[in-house]
Amino acid sequence: MEVTLTVNGREHTREIEPRLLLVHLLRDELGLTGTHWGCDTSNCGACVVWMDEVPVKSCTVLAAMAGGRRVRTVEGLERPSGLDPVQTSFMICHGLQCGFCTPAMLMTARWLLDHVPDPSDAEIRDAVSGLTCRCTGYENIVRSIRHAAATERGAS
Amino acid sequence: MTPPADDAAPGPVGPGPVGPGPVGPGPVGHGRMLRKEDARFVRGLGRFVDDIRLPGMLHGAVLRSPYAHARIVSVDVSAAESHPLVRAVITGELLAERGLAWMPTLSHDVAAVLATDKVRYQGQEVAFVVAENRYAARDALCLIDVEYEPLEPVIDARRALDGDAPLVRDELQRDNRVFDWESGDAAATEAAFAAAAHVSACDLLYPRVHPSPLETCGIVASVDRVSGRLTVHATTQAPHAHRALYSTIAGIPEHRIRIIAPDIGGGFGNKVGMYPGYLCAVVGSILTGAPVKWTEDRSENLMSTSFARDYHMRGEIASTSDGRILALRVRVLADHGAFNGTAQPSKFPAGFFHIFTGSYAVPAAHCHVTGVYTNKAPGGVAYACSFRVTEASYLVERLVDVLAHDLGRDPAALRMQNLLRPEDFPYRCATGWEYDSGDYPRTLALALEMAGYDELRREQAAVRAADTGSRMGIGISFFTEAVGAGPRATMDIAGFGMADAAELRIHPTGSAMLAVSCMSQGQGHETTFAQMVAEELGIPPDLVDVVQGDTDRTPFGLGTYGSRSTPVAGAATVVAARRVRERARTVAAAMLEVAPGDLEWEKGRFGVRGVPGVGATIAEIALAAHSDLELPEGVEGQLDATCVYNPPNLTFPCGAYVCVVDVDTGTGQVVVRRFVAVDDCGVRINPTIVEGQVHGGLADGIGMALMELIAFDRCGNHLGASFMDYLLPTAMECPSWELGETVTPSPHHPIGAKGIGECATVGSPAAVVNAVLDAIGVRHADMPLTPAQVWRALQGTPMRNDLAVL
Repeated sequence: MEVTLTVNGREHTREIEPRLLLVHLLRDELGLTGTHWGCDTSNCGACVVWMDEVPVKSCTVLAAMAGGRRVRTVEGLERPSGLDPVQTSFMICHGLQCGFCTPAMLMTARWLLDHVPDPSDAEIRDAVSGLTCRCTGYENIVRSIRHAAATERGAS
Repeated sequence: MTPPADDAAPGPVGPGPVGPGPVGPGPVGHGRMLRKEDARFVRGLGRFVDDIRLPGMLHGAVLRSPYAHARIVSVDVSAAESHPLVRAVITGELLAERGLAWMPTLSHDVAAVLATDKVRYQGQEVAFVVAENRYAARDALCLIDVEYEPLEPVIDARRALDGDAPLVRDELQRDNRVFDWESGDAAATEAAFAAAAHVSACDLLYPRVHPSPLETCGIVASVDRVSGRLTVHATTQAPHAHRALYSTIAGIPEHRIRIIAPDIGGGFGNKVGMYPGYLCAVVGSILTGAPVKWTEDRSENLMSTSFARDYHMRGEIASTSDGRILALRVRVLADHGAFNGTAQPSKFPAGFFHIFTGSYAVPAAHCHVTGVYTNKAPGGVAYACSFRVTEASYLVERLVDVLAHDLGRDPAALRMQNLLRPEDFPYRCATGWEYDSGDYPRTLALALEMAGYDELRREQAAVRAADTGSRMGIGISFFTEAVGAGPRATMDIAGFGMADAAELRIHPTGSAMLAVSCMSQGQGHETTFAQMVAEELGIPPDLVDVVQGDTDRTPFGLGTYGSRSTPVAGAATVVAARRVRERARTVAAAMLEVAPGDLEWEKGRFGVRGVPGVGATIAEIALAAHSDLELPEGVEGQLDATCVYNPPNLTFPCGAYVCVVDVDTGTGQVVVRRFVAVDDCGVRINPTIVEGQVHGGLADGIGMALMELIAFDRCGNHLGASFMDYLLPTAMECPSWELGETVTPSPHHPIGAKGIGECATVGSPAAVVNAVLDAIGVRHADMPLTPAQVWRALQGTPMRNDLAVL
C-alpha cells in the first residue's frame, strides 16, 4: 500500500507493507535513526515520536496509521536558531549517558514543557514514567527538564 | 557550544554532600565539564549498530527453541529456503560441517551456536535465516519445521545434583556439576564457629536477573569476498577480545578481522560475551557475500543473552555476644544454566565472590561454591556485578542485618563496631584479597549524618506507635568493591591477560589523539579520557580526540566491564601522557638550550628553573619536536607514547548507603522515600560523570530489590520474557538521590582513582532490602520484594521467587 506522511515538515510517500511499524518506516525507509527500537511492547518508550503533536510509541503504531499525519522526531527538534532548550539542558545537566533513550526523553520533555511550562518534579516524573532509562537513575533527567523549563521561562 | 554562564558553578568538593548544580565549562584537566559525546546524542545523531545500513545489506533472524529441554529429531528448512526473499538458511548441521556448531565459552566450556543434538533451554538458537528485509526473515522462521522430542528439564537448581536428575550435558558428563570451588581456611573457620558465643544463619537467594541495556545486542557482519576480510560492527564491550575469538572460532586470520563498536546503548555486562547470533551473521555473510545485520528483539535479549546472578546462598555469621564478628561461612549453589558461559577471569569460577567478608574485620572465613547446569540460558556474570561482588556484598550486608536482628542491635552501630579502621590498610582479608585503601568509619558516619539517622529512628518509632497501616523502614549497606582487573598474571579472559593499553599521539600543532583499548557504553570515555590527558599535559580536553572501539585504530586490550576502564586503561592513559611529558622535556631542553634537569613542569609548559618567563608550552614543544630543530643524540623526534598497563592490584572503592522506605501493610507496596549514598572511589576525574554512574546503579538497586526477576515454571518456560513481565524501575519508583563523597585515593593507581561504574549496583540492593525488612520486622525474605512478596512475608510465609511453583 502507499502511505504519505509529513515528517519534520517534509512530505514523504512510500510503498509499504500494511504491517510495517512506524518506527521501522522512520528508521529503515527514511533513515531517521534517532528514533530507537527498544522493546516491542510499548514499555521502554525509546521509540517515542510525535504524531499530530501528541507523543506516541512508534513501535506500536502502524506506518499506515501515520498516513496524512504530521510526525515529528528528534531530528526535527533543533531549530534554525539553534538547539531546543531541552537539548541544551540535557547536555548541561548530564541528563544522558549512553544516549539510547535520549531522543524519546527529549520529545517527551518538549511536549511536557509545551503544555506545562513550570512543571513540578512530580509532574516531570509522571511525564517520563512511560520511558525507561537504564543509565541515569532519572535524577539528571528530572534536573534537565527543570533546567529547560527555567531557561524558557527566563527567556520569555 | 558554550554552556550558559549561569548555573555553571561546580558543586562543592571534598568530603560532604555533593551539590546538584549543573556542570560548567571544561577545566584543563579534572573537574566538571560537559560531555563531548552529548552533542550528537541530543540531535539523534548517535550511531548505534542497528542504525548502520551497508549497501546490499541483508537481515538475519534466529529460530529459537520453544522447549527448555528436547532432543532434535529433524530440522526441515526447505519451505523457508523457497521463500522468495530468503537468501540463506543456516542450521546446526550446516555449521557442524564447517566445525562451527559449537564455540568455546569464556569459562572453559563449549556452547552450541545452533543446536544439533538437543536444545537445552527455552529460547536457544536452532536456525538462522538470512533474508532481504527483517520482516521477511521473521516470516521465514515460521516456515522451518523442527521436530522435537521433549525431555524432562532441570529447572530447580537445588535438584540439579539429585541422582535422578535429567542430564543437561549428557554429551559431556554423567551429572550436572559444573565445578566445586572453595576459598578461605575451612578448619580455622570451623574452629571459630565452634568457639563463638553466637551464630546466625540465613538462606538467601539472589535471583536471576537481566542487565537489559536499552539497546539490545546486535551485529552487522560483512565479509569481503575478494580479500576475505571480515568487518564487524557490533555491540561489544570488548572489541579486541572479540576479534581474537572470531579468529579462533571461525578460523579467519586475526589481521583480516576488524571489529568496530560504534555507540553502544548501555552494556552492564550484557555485551561482553560472544553470542550465537553474531557468529550466524558472520556465516550468513560468508554464504551470501553480502553484509548481514542481526538485531535481537527484547524477548530474545531477556531469554538468551547473559542473565545475571542466580546464586542460592546459605550464609552463617559467628560473633561474640556483644556483636564482634568472628567468622563467616558460606555455601553457594550457583545456577549456571545450560553452558558455563560466564564472562569473567577464567581462574575464578565464582568470580570475585570470595570477597564476601565485605568491609569488616573478619578473622576467619570460608566459602564453598558449587556450580550446576540447568535448562536455562547461559551467562551468569553481567549486570554491573564486578564479577560476583554484587552477590558477595548482598550476602554479607544481609547477614550483618540478620545478626543485628538476632542480637537486638542497631544495624548502624553493629556495622561501625566491625568496620575496618583506616590503620588496617592495606588490609589482607581472610580469603586473600588485599584492600588498597579506605576510611570506612568516616564514610559510614557521613552517610548517617546526611540521612539524619537518629531522627529517622525516632520517626520510625512514632510511625509504628501510630499504627496507621503504614510502616517505615531504614536500611543500611556498606560495601567494598573490587574492580580494575588484573593483574594479568592471575586474571585472564579466555587466556588473554587483563591488561589495557593507550596510545597517545601529539600532533605538530599541539592537539592530541588518544587511542584506548576500552570501550564506552555510556560512561563518557570521550570526555573523561580526554580530561586525563588534559590534566597531565595541561592542554584543554577539547584538543584531545579519544578513539575507542575500533580494533584497526586502537591498541589491544581487554575492554570495559568490571568497572575497569579508569583503573586500567585510564592508568595506561596517564602513564602514556607522562611519557609524552618526559619526551617533551628533552625536546624543550634542546629548544631552550638548557639541561633537562633545569626544566620545571608547570601545568602545560616547561619553564627554566629560576628564570621566570622562559619556557615552552606543550604546543610549542610539539611543533619543535616535529620541526628541523636539531635534537640531542638519542632523542627521537615527535612526542608520541604508548603504555600497556598491567595493574598491580585491583582498586577497592567503597560506600555507605542509607535507604528509607514506607511500606503499606495492607497491600505490601513499597515506596522508597529517600536514598543517601556516600561513595568513595578515590580521586574523581569528572565528578558529574561519577555522580551519574552512581545514580544509575542506585536505580538498579531498586529494580533488583523490588521488581526485577527472571523466573521459570515447571516446564522451563521463561516468565520474564518481555518488559511487560520483566519490570524495570521508572522515574516513579526512584527517589531523588542524595549523594555524598569521601576520597581516599588508591595508593597504586597513577592518579589515585578507583573504578565507580558498578559500585552502586553492587551496594544498593542490600540497603533497599534491609529497609523493607526493617519496616515489616521480618528477619529475611528474598528479592524481589514485590507487593505480593512483602504481603506474604508479613503473613509469615515469604515466597520462593525464582520458580513459579512453590
